[in-house]
This record gives sequence, C-alpha cells and structure tokens, in this order.
Amino acid sequence: MLDLLAGFVTELRNAGLPVSLTENLDAMEAVQHIPIEDRDAFKYALGATLVKNNSHWRAFETVFEVYFSLRGPEYNLVEGDGDLDEMWREMQEQMRQGDGKGTQGGSMDSLTPEEIAQLLMQALMNGDQAMMRALARQAVQRFAGMEPGRPVGGTYYLYRTLRNLDLEGMLEKLMEASKQQVGGELTDLEERLERDEYNDRIEQFKQEIEAEIRRRLVADRGAEAMAKTLRKPLPEDVEFMHASRDEMQNLKKALQPLTRKLAARLARKRRHGRKGPLDFRNTVRHSLSYGGVPAEPKFKYPRPAKPELMVVADISGSVAAFARFTLMLVYAIQGSFSKVRSFVFIDGIDEVTDYFKGEEDIANAIHRVNTEADVVWVDGHSDYGHAFEVFWERYGKDVGPKTTVLLLGDARNNYHASQAWVVKEMRHKARHVYWLNPEPKSYWNTGDSIVGDYGTHTDGVYECRNLRQLEGFVEKLA
Amino acid sequence: MAHRFESVQQVREGLKDVNYLADDGIAGVAFLADRLGKPVLVEGPAGTGKTQLAKSIAEVTGARLIRLQCYEGLDESKALYEWNYKKQLLRIQADKNSDSWTEVHDDIFSDEFLLTRPLLEAISADDPVVLLIDEVDRVEVETEALLLEILSEYQVSIPELGTITAKQIPLVFLTSNNTRELSEALKRRCLYLHVDYPQMDREKEIVLTKVPGVSDNLADQIARIVRSIRQLDLKKAPSVSETIDWARTLVLLGIEHIDAEKAKETLHILLKYQTDIAKAAKELSVDK
Repeated sequence: MLDLLAGFVTELRNAGLPVSLTENLDAMEAVQHIPIEDRDAFKYALGATLVKNNSHWRAFETVFEVYFSLRGPEYNLVEGDGDLDEMWREMQEQMRQGDGKGTQGGSMDSLTPEEIAQLLMQALMNGDQAMMRALARQAVQRFAGMEPGRPVGGTYYLYRTLRNLDLEGMLEKLMEASKQQVGGELTDLEERLERDEYNDRIEQFKQEIEAEIRRRLVADRGAEAMAKTLRKPLPEDVEFMHASRDEMQNLKKALQPLTRKLAARLARKRRHGRKGPLDFRNTVRHSLSYGGVPAEPKFKYPRPAKPELMVVADISGSVAAFARFTLMLVYAIQGSFSKVRSFVFIDGIDEVTDYFKGEEDIANAIHRVNTEADVVWVDGHSDYGHAFEVFWERYGKDVGPKTTVLLLGDARNNYHASQAWVVKEMRHKARHVYWLNPEPKSYWNTGDSIVGDYGTHTDGVYECRNLRQLEGFVEKLA
Repeated sequence: MAHRFESVQQVREGLKDVNYLADDGIAGVAFLADRLGKPVLVEGPAGTGKTQLAKSIAEVTGARLIRLQCYEGLDESKALYEWNYKKQLLRIQADKNSDSWTEVHDDIFSDEFLLTRPLLEAISADDPVVLLIDEVDRVEVETEALLLEILSEYQVSIPELGTITAKQIPLVFLTSNNTRELSEALKRRCLYLHVDYPQMDREKEIVLTKVPGVSDNLADQIARIVRSIRQLDLKKAPSVSETIDWARTLVLLGIEHIDAEKAKETLHILLKYQTDIAKAAKELSVDK
C-alpha cells in the first residue's frame, strides 16, 4: 500500500502538481480511515489531502484511474463478476422473448453488432448505469481490437471503438424514439431538454469506454508506463500555439477565474500602496470625535494613474489563438486601465476597439474581430512592417506619454521589410513598448522571425507561451 | 478523543436529516476532517452551499457554530482577542492607592480583561463547537498568517498570558470564493474540498427537500432546465440557491408544468445579467 501511494505521489509530482511532504503524510493517514474498497470515497480522501487547486483535479483523476483502476472487486478484469452476468442473462432473456429468436449461448459474445446497438439504445434510453458499463466493456473487447504489447496510444483504440458504435446516429435515433414515446411532437423546450439529457448519457458512456480502454492498457503495460503516456500539461501550462480543441476549451474555462483573481489582486495592489503625506483636513475632521485632539492621523493615499493601453495584435493563423487570449485577458481586466484600444493586423491593420464597446460578452466581440475586421491588404500573409507603418501613420498621434503599447506576434515577417523604425519612434513617444511572443525563446530569430530587430527598440520582449506566463506579464503591467 | 462520526455513511445520513444533501466528496471530507483533526478549506462558485455545510455539520453534531466573517482589513483585534482597555483603565483608577504597581500590572493582564473574539472563543470553548471562517479569500495575504497557528496547532499565543491550547479540537471550515489564490502555507494545513454545482439527480433531490409543495414532476423539470442553462456560456451560471428560489416562485405561481413561455417569464430569478437572460431565453425557445 505504501509503495503504491509513494508511486502515486511521485507520478502526481511528475504531472506538475505541487504535492508537499506534509500533504503526502496526510494522505497516508487519511487512507487508514477509508477502506480502499470504497473507491469513490478513497479517491476523495486522496484528493482532499493532495490536490489543493480545482484546476488540477482532472490531472489527479487521470493518475488515480491509472494507479487504482485495477483495484476493488467490481473493477476486476476477470470476467464472471456475478451481478453483471446476471443482468446480461436477463437482458438477453428479454431480447429473445421480444424477437422470438432462440439464440443459444449464455455470454454476450454471441450478440450481433445490431443487437449490441439495440441494447445500448435501451440502456441509454433508461439511463441504466450498470448496463452502460457492461456494454462499454463489451464494445471495447469487441471493436477496439487491442493486442498486448502493441505500442499504440489509447486514442487509437477509442477511435476504433466509437467508429463501430455510431453514437452520433444514436442521438438522433433516441430523439425519434422519445418522440414516439410521448406520442406526438415535443415542444421546443422539451426537445432541447431531452437532447441535453441524452447527450449527457452518451458522454457518460464514452467515458466508460475510455476508462475501460485505460484499464486494459494498464493491465498490459503497467501503471507507470501508462501514466507517462497520459501525462498532460496542466491548463496553465498548455501552449497557446499547440493547444488541441479540447485543451482550448479548458484554457477558456481556466481564463475566467484567472481574470477575476487578477482583477482583484490589481485592485488591492492599487489600494494598498505606500502611505502618502498627512491629510490635514481629514485629520482635523476626525479629531472632533476625540474632543479636538488629533489622536488619529489620516494620510493621503497616493492614487497612481492607471496606464492607457494599446494592444496591437497579429491575428494571422499561426498566432491567432494567442492574440485571442491576450485580448480576452486584457478586456476582462480593463477596469485596471484608464483606456484600452486594440488593433489587429495581418498585412493590413484595423482598429477593433468598437467591437468591445457596449458588448458584455467578450467572446462575442472576439468572434466579430476575427470575422469582420479588415486586416488583409495584399495577400493575407503577415507583414509586420507594412502594418506598423500604417498604424503609425493613422494612430501614431494618439500615442502619448501615458500610453503603454503591447505588440503581440511571432514577428515572422515573410521576409518583408521590417520597418523597425516605427517601433523606435513609438518607444520615444510612449511610456512603454512591450513585445509578447508566443514562440519558445529558442525559435526566436530563426527562419523569417525578426523579433530581434524590433526587440532592441522595445522595453522588453517576453515569451508568453502559456497562461501562466501571460498572467505574470499582465500583473507586472498594470 | 471520541470521534463524532462512525462512518462516511453516517455523515451523509446525518446531513440528510438536517436537509443537507451531501455527495460522496462532501461527506467523505467531513468524515476525514473529524478523523484527522484537520480544518477543511471549501472552495467553489457562490451559492453552492459552502457556508450551509458548516452550519449543517454544527447542527448534526449538536455543536455551537462560531462564525468569523472575513473582510479586507480584518486584524488580530477583530479575529483573535483584544484587551479591554477601558476596563483596564478603570481598574487602575479604582484603587490607585492600595495596590502596589506590580500587583496591578499582573492583575490587568488576566482573563478578566480579555475580550475573546471568534478564533479565541472557539479555542477556549468547553462545549463542542464548529468554527466557520467565512470567505477567507477576502483578507490580505499577511492576515492569513494569523490563522496559521490556530489551524495547525489549535492554540493561540497571547504575549501577556502565554499560550492557550484548545480543550477539544473543534471542526473548522474555511470557505473561499476563489477571488485570489490562497497561500501555500494555508492550503497545506487544510483538507481541500471543491463544491461544484450538483449533478442533476442531486439537484432534483435538493429542490424536493428544500421547497415544500413541489411535485416530483416539477422538480425534475426544474433540474433539467437548470442543467441545460448551465451548459450555456454565461457570465454567471445559476447557483443552487437560485434554483431553489426559482422553484419556490414556480410553486407560488401555481405552475405545474414549465413551458418555454413560463420559463422565459421567470428566468430573471435564475439569472442576474440581462445578456445572460437574453441568451438563455433564446436558447430555450428557438432551438431548431
């Protein structure tokens, strides 16, 4: 048990979760009070002691699955656990009576794919958890075609299984069936609710399949090797430029609480600056409650001016995701700035500040930026030089000593002229000019990247590959 | 020390008796908190029953609830203890002539002149107590340090009096709305519990227990609609307390079956932003 836990904790640390020694000890103590057979309670016990941040929960769950999925009676890999088999026979009994067919053979291996689909539909219809689990097991066994020792990732097997089940079509069929059940048309609201319900169940079923595949892989390869292949970066460490769609969703979710925290922190920082000089008027006023004795001196608090911000972002394909996130972040905390203006470019440049005005939904505004802004000048390939030139010509007069300019992009200029003098001029007039680059530092100034040309004229070039780095920079900025 | 709970199951049933429906995670962590004698840090969106959990646990165990509401600028004298200056002054003036200085000096720093604040009160209580430190994320990082001694050792050091150690280990709950990252030192000392929006089944149960006069059918509909709404990309998803408010409203209005029209009319109870309401109304009615 101790060995297992030690391995588990090591793997958590490898996955990037900060687990301290005392937390480890707590976990050891906690598991003495919770029997390992109660797997859910066991999971929560470990979670409560080891994971202190909700965004790490998913990573924790994955590692937990890998390390403990083979333990506990109901998760035995060996076929023949009573309950499920019992249920199988019952189901098949019903099937046979229903169809009037006399198929022999007690195990479900004898079912045809159509029968499996039928059973699955029934299980989904009734929300029958145990049935779904059994079906997931069967589906994996039958369709995934897993072979011991084959060096393929779990996603490959998942794909193969799902392809054979056609869950998309299943949803439509379910909707049809429930319509028939009610006998007539559903109202829009009802239809929507039904659909959500079935979507939820299908999602559950998919997770069962995933868990089953993982279980089999662990049995085949051992926990440590498996955990290694499953290791994923935590949401704040996911790189903008290489995020998958799934990770993008998680990033978006992670962004919201982050901006809230950031805004609260900035407001606090602003309020709790150094004490200023004595506020004579206020002190005298307060002295009245002490009979004219100025017992409680009052001070003027310095009110640092909020910076004005101009964001100039490259939104061409390669760095679009990064620009999107930075814009989202900046607008989510725009209270910390006196004014925010934003510009986007590819080879032409356009101001998009208005899209964000009077729009409560930032995501919506971003969508409009991506679809409506006029950013293509010639061919739609990044041309930083031209974009900067036009920017300077049109908006240069608005850059003043209070303005902080943020330039976002990888500075891959497709070998156009750099026009770095614009940035130099900019720095001359503006308070600060920063460049944020979503590429790893080692790629800078390779190929057509000329971030160095621009960088020498700025107050700093920052690598912003993930949310953590971006957050760090923005906090410094405001 | 005697334990308050025998098993996770018992925690859950006890909570159910006082109308708090706990899931596996909540019951498990509460049980562990008792066994390990550790405080619990409860985090999650607003209105998911974090504070209520502490109250319910107090009710189940028959303990007194001591609550410390945190806010910016909270300090030692509000959270831990304070000397009763006025009384001390009176004491000195009362017998100016009789006592020698040393006697007075010893005397005015005794229990009699100590004003206990929630934290000290929880520590020095003789009867069983549950200490609730509410919205701990509102205090400054420096003030957090105040809590560390009490959370790990269950003791308070007062320079003039020495160290006061707890007579019995109270159950401690800290709640946080996650407006800022709490310090590692604090997190390390606590068990962590994240309370999220409940699963649909549990939400239905909650509505059934909390709202008198609601039919099973209506509760089911409510839970399903709320789940659908939570899946939308909203500024503020409806919380459990808002679900309950909504259910109450529907019961009061005598609505037995929710259709799109009625849902739209009462959406403002569930959602608090105009854009959210518009979005939800659109999603629920014209979904083709």
